[in-house]
Amino acid sequence: MIRKVRQHISQNEDLIFERSSPGKIGYQLPPLDVPEVDPAQALGTANVRDGIEGFPEVSEVEVIRHFTRLSTWNYAIDLGMYPLGSCTMKYNPRINEAVARIEGLAWAHPYQPESLSQGAMEVVEKLESALCEITGLDAVTLQPAAGAHGELTGILLVRALLESKGGPRKRILVPDSAHGTNPATAGIAGYSVQNIPSNDQGMIDLEQLSRVVDEDVAALMVTNPNTLGVFEENIVKATEILHSKGAMVYMDGANMNALVGIARPGDFGIDVMHINLHKTFSTPHGGGGPGGGPVAVKKHLMPFLPVPRLKRLQDSLTWDYDCPQTIGKVKAFYGNFGVMVRALAYILAHGGPGLRNATVDAVMNANYIRHKLRPYFDLPYDRPNMHEVVFSDDRQSPKGVRTGDIAKRLIDYGFHPYTVSFPLIVHGAMMIEPTETESKDELDLFIDAMISIAQEIGETPDLVKTAPHSTRTTRVDEVTAARKPVLRWKP
Amino acid sequence: MTYPESYRYTKEHEWVHVVNESGVGDVATIGITFHAQSELGDIVFVDLPAVGAKLEKSASFGSIESVKAVSDVYAPVGGEVTENNEALTNAPEKVNEDPQGAGWLIKVRVSNKSDLDGLMTAAQYETYVGAES
Amino acid sequence: MLAVCGLQSADELFSQIPAEARLKRPLDLAPGISEFEIVDYFKSMAEKNAGGSSRGFASFLGAGVYNHYRPVVVDTVVSRGEFLTSYTPYQSEISQGTLMTIFEFQTMICQLTGMDVANASMYDGSTAVPEAAMMAIRVTGRQKVLVARTVHPEYRDVMGTYAKNQGLPVQEFGYDADSGQIDWKDLEAKLDKQTACVIIQSPNFFGIVEDVKKAAELAHASGALLVFTFSEAVSLGILEPPRDADIVAGELQSFAISPSYGGPFAGIMAAKEKFIRQLPGRLVGQTTDTHGNRAFCLTLATREQHIRREKATSNICTNQALIALMATVYMELYGKAGLHELALQNLAKAHYLGSRVQPHFSGPYFNEFVAAGDGLSVEEISEELLARKIIGGLALKKFYPELSNTMLLCATEMTKRADMDALAETFNQ
Repeated sequence: MIRKVRQHISQNEDLIFERSSPGKIGYQLPPLDVPEVDPAQALGTANVRDGIEGFPEVSEVEVIRHFTRLSTWNYAIDLGMYPLGSCTMKYNPRINEAVARIEGLAWAHPYQPESLSQGAMEVVEKLESALCEITGLDAVTLQPAAGAHGELTGILLVRALLESKGGPRKRILVPDSAHGTNPATAGIAGYSVQNIPSNDQGMIDLEQLSRVVDEDVAALMVTNPNTLGVFEENIVKATEILHSKGAMVYMDGANMNALVGIARPGDFGIDVMHINLHKTFSTPHGGGGPGGGPVAVKKHLMPFLPVPRLKRLQDSLTWDYDCPQTIGKVKAFYGNFGVMVRALAYILAHGGPGLRNATVDAVMNANYIRHKLRPYFDLPYDRPNMHEVVFSDDRQSPKGVRTGDIAKRLIDYGFHPYTVSFPLIVHGAMMIEPTETESKDELDLFIDAMISIAQEIGETPDLVKTAPHSTRTTRVDEVTAARKPVLRWKP
Repeated sequence: MTYPESYRYTKEHEWVHVVNESGVGDVATIGITFHAQSELGDIVFVDLPAVGAKLEKSASFGSIESVKAVSDVYAPVGGEVTENNEALTNAPEKVNEDPQGAGWLIKVRVSNKSDLDGLMTAAQYETYVGAES
Repeated sequence: MLAVCGLQSADELFSQIPAEARLKRPLDLAPGISEFEIVDYFKSMAEKNAGGSSRGFASFLGAGVYNHYRPVVVDTVVSRGEFLTSYTPYQSEISQGTLMTIFEFQTMICQLTGMDVANASMYDGSTAVPEAAMMAIRVTGRQKVLVARTVHPEYRDVMGTYAKNQGLPVQEFGYDADSGQIDWKDLEAKLDKQTACVIIQSPNFFGIVEDVKKAAELAHASGALLVFTFSEAVSLGILEPPRDADIVAGELQSFAISPSYGGPFAGIMAAKEKFIRQLPGRLVGQTTDTHGNRAFCLTLATREQHIRREKATSNICTNQALIALMATVYMELYGKAGLHELALQNLAKAHYLGSRVQPHFSGPYFNEFVAAGDGLSVEEISEELLARKIIGGLALKKFYPELSNTMLLCATEMTKRADMDALAETFNQ
């Protein structure tokens, strides 16, 4: 029985270009207080354009209606739970938005004199220090723009340190359960990727590892807890194996929501890691970004951090460009400052005890879901899970229903799907991460929906196979979209 | 599904059909099997080597994309590419519709006929895919 | 809930973590504070900072980050929870709002730049440029990258970081000391059959407009691609777009994106049709649903990391969707007429300033130009300006030692005449 949603009429809306008509305007500029300039004279006739051909011409009310109508076609955290595994779709506190817009911070120019930028620099310092405490590592750079960017930065740091000792080495080890950005990053950093198969518990196989680690391996990229939501119980020994051969361990911090206040990567052997501010630290996903991908490192990697480094002088802060061993810049200016402000607001609001509580709630919620759904869905790895749980569709697939279909039917119940078909090591994976945001009420709605769907698969599988049924857009033709791509509007 | 007896098959689900053309030598037509296209689902793009490219047996010579996956294709025999199936540029679905006929991928002038040794016959391949599924 | 899981205490939830890995003390972070205290904290940080008209300062800084007015409607739209708190639109049926806005964004970027296809955004201009270079390397099969010294110094720095690790040779070519434009002889001397791409910026870092057609002709004659970058998007309201370029990789910060001490911004990448499968980043395509209604979805995903893994066109996953949405609203609000008028205002303001403070270079400029200290040094001028509550332009010494006594001045539609007069007075002492 569907309890969370009921049908409702939603407004139609065309593309803005189809609504456009010459002469309509949605802007107003003040009159010039200086003389007009003839662009042809100032720039050269050949360089001047009359106006951007095809650009829309609409009024302000049309813009407001256009975007408001479109927004009603989206699901969002503000509407309900996202069970997406490893995405940590927690509530985006509105206080974050308010403080990021304070004029002195929002309009600060990265090149303004340092004497006028001490406030922004203090924010950076405070966030760097909080993240050091949380990760148990020695220094943080906030320059990378997102997780994958942080991964690249982290691997470049490893490379730079190895080069300073004689040579960058050739291979990076990546578990087969890893997120796609991990091997992609290793490739871009100039390494070849060696996949390590997981053992039958879904974790790193120490024996396999010790066989493949040699002096040609630069690093192991690990996610902990891994993409099954399971804490790598052999992590300390694994890091020892890598360290014994002069290699390093990089941790993908996507699953930090299971560890904050409970365990620190720096304490279990990690040399370098990235953090996703838009996951663990509540900055908004906004339909796909922006993110923040700070990188935290142990002391031995500090000299190579991206330039500039924030340095505290006697009574002020300054940007230090004198870093002879730096890997260079990975992004212009200092990083996504606006995202840093939001993440810091979240940390200040929770404080030490609050951050730990959030972790406990997140792990509790995932375990509650695991126990309630266990009778209905196959659990491929029977290990205790942390903040996320991964089921497989093995019990449902004999009826011809796969994880993707169940996910689509979940939409009819008023939820966003969980993560489908990832990690690849699970056949027909269903990866669920509720986060600490969800109350028992919302979790029960989700659990009831999943159980109801399991029953539907037994009685009326076609209903599930052809879902969703109640959305204004039904399943889209992705095949034609890929065969004959249409990537822009044309008149 | 019938797998033509005159073809030979690889473990990676490619088929190869060799014909001797006078003045040219042994020319192999290569494609993917019915089983392969059914596993891939709707094919949206096929990436093939240029004419003249030199292929080594068992090396990857291109890839086939569906919406959610990419699969490399591997050369059953080594040699020089003499033709690639241009019709697939605008109609990649041909590989789904007729993978062992009009959906062929490339033609190669075989450098070493002994490359064919060890490939499966139609009967052996049928058993192989029967065992896999 | 603990009972359901068969546990006695919350602590048991973590029993799977080996003791050696557990944190055995509380985090050394102060306890949580109230909303009011959080606002207070950030307000006090803002008070130690200048920004906008806060603390009463006027600013003539540009250099890749521009002060343009942000219409109120932009924040109204992006603050809607359905945009702010929604996820990447992988599930098309419940993300049509986001998908359609991205499709409009992609369209407008093509119109703005004269390219055939554009992606859904990159992190920013500085990272889009190396991605474009890597794309050119994939397409041409060549390795060498030629980049103009007049491309933003920080974009070149980031390019260098990416290139170093892939062992890619990057060479710079200079500018003409009089005009401030590309030194054509230097470019011609360095172009060869190993060149994958030539990267130019227009208006360049000095604010000067380049001859894009000529650059394209030279690059193409050598079999190289032309990569065009820009950091002042408003310039495209009045300047001919780079139709002869092969790839465009630029920065959209000028379009309703707060300067925010350097980020988050929104990079763009656009290219000619034939390069579509080599373009990194997310792409939204138009299609139909099962009822034949128009619908949108993410497409050509096989280029991306989650499928192609180590053979992906890039490792990029998250993009800048919310920031790109700000720019989308801005572009639709201002529209064709608005962006044209806005660009004309910028031109007028900067040229008024240029009539009172002598530009150092003779080339045509849009809303920025280089000015030299004369009498007073550029450091002395900056100090005097600060005393008058004016932040002067960027002193170029740190990026261009040969231009040690100059600063880069920017005037936009937000710059007041009185402040320009005050600046001119200080300069002309």
